[in-house]
Amino acid sequence: MTLAGIIGLIFVLFFAGLIIVFTFTSRKLQKSYLREIPAFMKLRNAVGLVVEAGTRLHLSLGRGEIIGPESSVGLVGLSALARIGHTTANSDRSPVATSGTGPLGILSQDTFGSISRSIGAEFDPLNGRVSGLTPFSYAAGVLSVINDENVGVNILIGNFGSEVALITEAGERANSLTVAGTDNITAQAILYASAQEPLIGEETYASGAYLGAGSSHIASLRAQDLLRWVLISIILIGAILKLAGVL
Amino acid sequence: MKAPISTSIAIAIGLLVLFGYFIPIDGLMQLREILLGWGVILAAVALLVGVANLVYSHVRKLRDGGVSRANSIVLIVSLGLTLAIVGWFGPTHSYSMWIFNNIQLPIEASLMAILAVILAYASIRLLQRRLNLLSIVFVVSALVVLISTAPIFGVEVPGLNEFRLWVIQVPAAAGARGILLGVGLGITATALRILLGADRPFGG
Repeated sequence: MTLAGIIGLIFVLFFAGLIIVFTFTSRKLQKSYLREIPAFMKLRNAVGLVVEAGTRLHLSLGRGEIIGPESSVGLVGLSALARIGHTTANSDRSPVATSGTGPLGILSQDTFGSISRSIGAEFDPLNGRVSGLTPFSYAAGVLSVINDENVGVNILIGNFGSEVALITEAGERANSLTVAGTDNITAQAILYASAQEPLIGEETYASGAYLGAGSSHIASLRAQDLLRWVLISIILIGAILKLAGVL
Repeated sequence: MKAPISTSIAIAIGLLVLFGYFIPIDGLMQLREILLGWGVILAAVALLVGVANLVYSHVRKLRDGGVSRANSIVLIVSLGLTLAIVGWFGPTHSYSMWIFNNIQLPIEASLMAILAVILAYASIRLLQRRLNLLSIVFVVSALVVLISTAPIFGVEVPGLNEFRLWVIQVPAAAGARGILLGVGLGITATALRILLGADRPFGG
């Protein structure tokens, strides 16, 4: 076992331990722990308005493959879908999820199936749909959903490329709120300019905590914050040691 | 816990793959390779399911009527024709390549061109929507990089190219690394929540 492997394993186990400890030890502190993120405040209000106005909520899960690091942000999108899907399940128009890969399409249908069973409603497989399998065909498919299906709120949480600008522009033209976050650096820059409410960096991964998906989400946020300071300290110490000629 | 059997299987397989990555025991590493191979096969099958879902959603749109029926007809006919030609002649035959080079490529290139205009417009709209220091820095940086990469009328401003390189190599790289650090921690946290059974971001 290499030194990098040992350090990696210790890091993962320590991270997991922190999540477990924070989940069980700080339940009372958890709500006050979250700072205000404007995107989530606006999203909570907009979800309520969507239900009242009878418009549709659209969540786009991006094009991340399920076997790779980009799957993670897609799973965050699915968590948000499960949470928001339950909130808006009783509205006149059920939410719709679009994705650019087969596995995410199947998982979104699975999530809608689970929501339908829990509220005793009929499951419509068209609520979770694959809109296209190449970047631009995916974006083109999402455009038709935004333009034709009376969408009031767009939530984009997933792996996107530069094509995401076409989607945010369609949301802008339809006068619907667009909240968007991704793991892709290029797409993040594009979203900062084009989305009404962009989520930067780890804010995307905090979606579950802000949408009330459970105490484990807030616990993992606390663990991330702690480990971020640990990593920043290591980077700074390393830089100082390098400057001093020790490393 | 919903669906305890499938959740337990998912967690067990996740842990096996994770430990197989870190701990170099032959049996564990082989098992990890086999499980990842199964994952790749399942993802390929899911791709076919995705195509079926795409066709089904457009057939439903066609049946229900609506404003974009023409788009659905074009999609279904194009898909059928492409499938027939590529399936019969093979993916590298001149007919298949003709479809790719003369239909797919120009359409995607056109959308890319539209993207440039949309992004320029979005940058200006950003200043209307959120007029703050960060937005101004964003737009100015974009303009500097754009003008120094493609000088207007071929006139190069002295020092601008060096400034562009500094922007890309120092503040932009530092910012990107900071964001990637947060994203990396977010990815790990998401994976660990699923492996611990604390989060199950799909149905069941």
